[in-house]
Amino acid sequence: MKKSVVFGALTVAGLAAGAAAAGTLDDVKARGKLNCGVTTGLVGFAAPDANGEWMGFDVGVCRAVAAAVLGDPKAVEFVPTTGKTRFTALASGEIDMLARNTTWTFSRDVDLKFTFVGVNYYDGQGFMVPKELGVSSAKELDGATVCIQTGTTTELNLADFFRSNNISYEPVPIETNAEAQQQYLAGACDVYTTDASGLAATRATFEDPSAHVLLPEIISKEPLGPLVRHGDDNWGDVVRWSLNALITAEELGVTSANIGEMAAGTNNPEINRLLGTEGNLGEMLGLSADWGKNAVMAGGNYGELFEGNIGESTPIGLARGLNAQWTDGGLIYSPPFR
Amino acid sequence: MSDSQNNSVAFVATEVIPQSPPPARETGVVKWLRENLFSSVTNGILTLVALYLIYQVLSAILPWIFNGIWTTNSLAECRDILQGKTGACFSVLTERWHQLIYGFKYPSDGYWRPNLALVLMLVAIAPVLFFDLPRKLLIFTALYPFVAFWLIWGGTILAPLVALVGFVVAGAFFQVFGRSSFALGFFGGIVIALIVWTVGGLLIPEGASDNALLPAVPSRDLGGFMLNLMLGVTCVSLSIPLGIALALGRQSDMPLIKGICVVFIEFIRGVPLITLLFVASVMLAYFFPPESTVDLFLRVVIMITMFSAAYIAEVIRGGLAALPKGQYEAADSLGLDYPQAMRLIILPQALKISIPGIVNVAVGLFKDTTLVSVISMFDLVGMIRGPILASTEWNGVYWELFGFAALLFFVVCYGISQYSQWLERKLHKGH
Repeated sequence: MKKSVVFGALTVAGLAAGAAAAGTLDDVKARGKLNCGVTTGLVGFAAPDANGEWMGFDVGVCRAVAAAVLGDPKAVEFVPTTGKTRFTALASGEIDMLARNTTWTFSRDVDLKFTFVGVNYYDGQGFMVPKELGVSSAKELDGATVCIQTGTTTELNLADFFRSNNISYEPVPIETNAEAQQQYLAGACDVYTTDASGLAATRATFEDPSAHVLLPEIISKEPLGPLVRHGDDNWGDVVRWSLNALITAEELGVTSANIGEMAAGTNNPEINRLLGTEGNLGEMLGLSADWGKNAVMAGGNYGELFEGNIGESTPIGLARGLNAQWTDGGLIYSPPFR
Repeated sequence: MSDSQNNSVAFVATEVIPQSPPPARETGVVKWLRENLFSSVTNGILTLVALYLIYQVLSAILPWIFNGIWTTNSLAECRDILQGKTGACFSVLTERWHQLIYGFKYPSDGYWRPNLALVLMLVAIAPVLFFDLPRKLLIFTALYPFVAFWLIWGGTILAPLVALVGFVVAGAFFQVFGRSSFALGFFGGIVIALIVWTVGGLLIPEGASDNALLPAVPSRDLGGFMLNLMLGVTCVSLSIPLGIALALGRQSDMPLIKGICVVFIEFIRGVPLITLLFVASVMLAYFFPPESTVDLFLRVVIMITMFSAAYIAEVIRGGLAALPKGQYEAADSLGLDYPQAMRLIILPQALKISIPGIVNVAVGLFKDTTLVSVISMFDLVGMIRGPILASTEWNGVYWELFGFAALLFFVVCYGISQYSQWLERKLHKGH
């Protein structure tokens, strides 16, 4: 009796999930809003401002997708998720897509049954040390005390790095980034290690950021990107190509400033296809012809989003680095719009 | 010797010696200091050490508070003004106070709504807390949940009205039929209420909330300390009656009821609250189709209520067990039936004994409402840890924000505790 009830509930849940997966694009259009999962707050990537408007780099991706699908970058219901609730929120259909600085890993892609549609930020684990320590490379850190968040992949990466370089370290386990800031500033550890973007954001909050340096070594790969559920490839395509539209727009020099005149028609056929004045790419996706134009107009192209939220002109001050266009020696690369 | 005796003049004091003041060490401040602070060498040393420590703490904290900056727009500006001096950056409180209190999405032109709801709550709760007030005020208390719902969530007034009608009809049904048969009245009442709510729900026109007098606010937009207060008040007031029912059920002679109550209490008490909250926020979503989930606020309220009801039930069971058996027998010998005996004899005494325990649970529960920040609801702590510390302006401000949160919680919890002590004194009949 008990068993049959449980199985019944599971069946219902399965059916419900199946029904949700049948046509996310149609669901979103019918609802008139995109449910986009974001973090509850990460400097530069997603946080509401004093007026309650969500701002940030990941938020920009959500708005671009909403603009592409619905023509309105404001038609987003931001669903804040924590590291613990994000995957269930996506799997259960509570959100249509997740743009929450989530690392693309094998097990998340294959075992948790999600589709990562691309990478919007290439992160990696780095080190921060006080300048007065006089260290210029992580390989000189023999015998250092290191503040490290417990139970994370960064902890394992750290052990690997020090072992492969045959040097020793003493870990100072800490629980949260806030605790790490305090410990590091109080001198409880010589080195703080976490994702490079997090280090930069942390350093930006110090009273004297210039007294601390980020070491050049990046010891792990953390490709962060938006993801959707397995099984709805049409919706996956929409999100993937909305992201690609932002990247291609930067590559082709289409910005939110000049997009008006570009959309009137240019000599470059790829720009025309991207902005919908030529070809029928929008129709293939099941969207309007000007979807690409809307996506770029939502918050600017990839480069504008980067500069406006986490780039060198902001307090966070991240350099493009790996996240430069492939034409500038970075990894940001979109397949052609053809 | 005798010589002197002969020549001596007998001395007799002719006037009263004027009272002299007590020795300096036996009077006033000095006496107090000597008796209380320096009564022995050890105590004297301890006093000096304590004074030194207090001085250390205050000399660190007071400049920090009095140098505080209240008017800047970011932490960087605070640091510019302070130029390395010690000083707090209270500007985060002045700039983000509305987010700390109401959450970041509650419409700012509607702040008067939760404010009014809070004021009305004080009115509604007064006759429950203070028995000297006229009993007629309880009518307002009964209406209050519906008023508060309408004020805070807005939308069509029909929804709370239908809910109210359902309760009224169920209550009337119980009055009529409950006298002859408790079960018929009780379960019939529930069925009738469900019918009213279903029919009423169908009668409310689609889109009735669109142009309502008060614009509708979805639960997701509630936040800040308001959310903590709402969760705390709702859950405590729901869990006390539920806890009483569970405590009585656990003492029942009927095996089925007793079994259900025991299993419920022991299960809930054996599971951490955070687990229940995860079930509410994450697991339940699997069992509903995406468009028809139960409101997250409601799910959380149900879980917290169940949690605290289990604890309150055990507290009250302790109170029931503490009553001498003679009280139960006295009630029986008066010819009272079970509900009468409970209502008139047993519960008033048992609840009085249980007050400290219940208040303890209530204070703990109120503070536990901050756990909802883990399931991405933006209560006070969630607002601080999420949006505010993640904004580029305020990343790095910790003491000011968490100090403010601690102050708010302390005020409420201390108030609850003072009330319970007043209540105990008032109910103390002495022996």
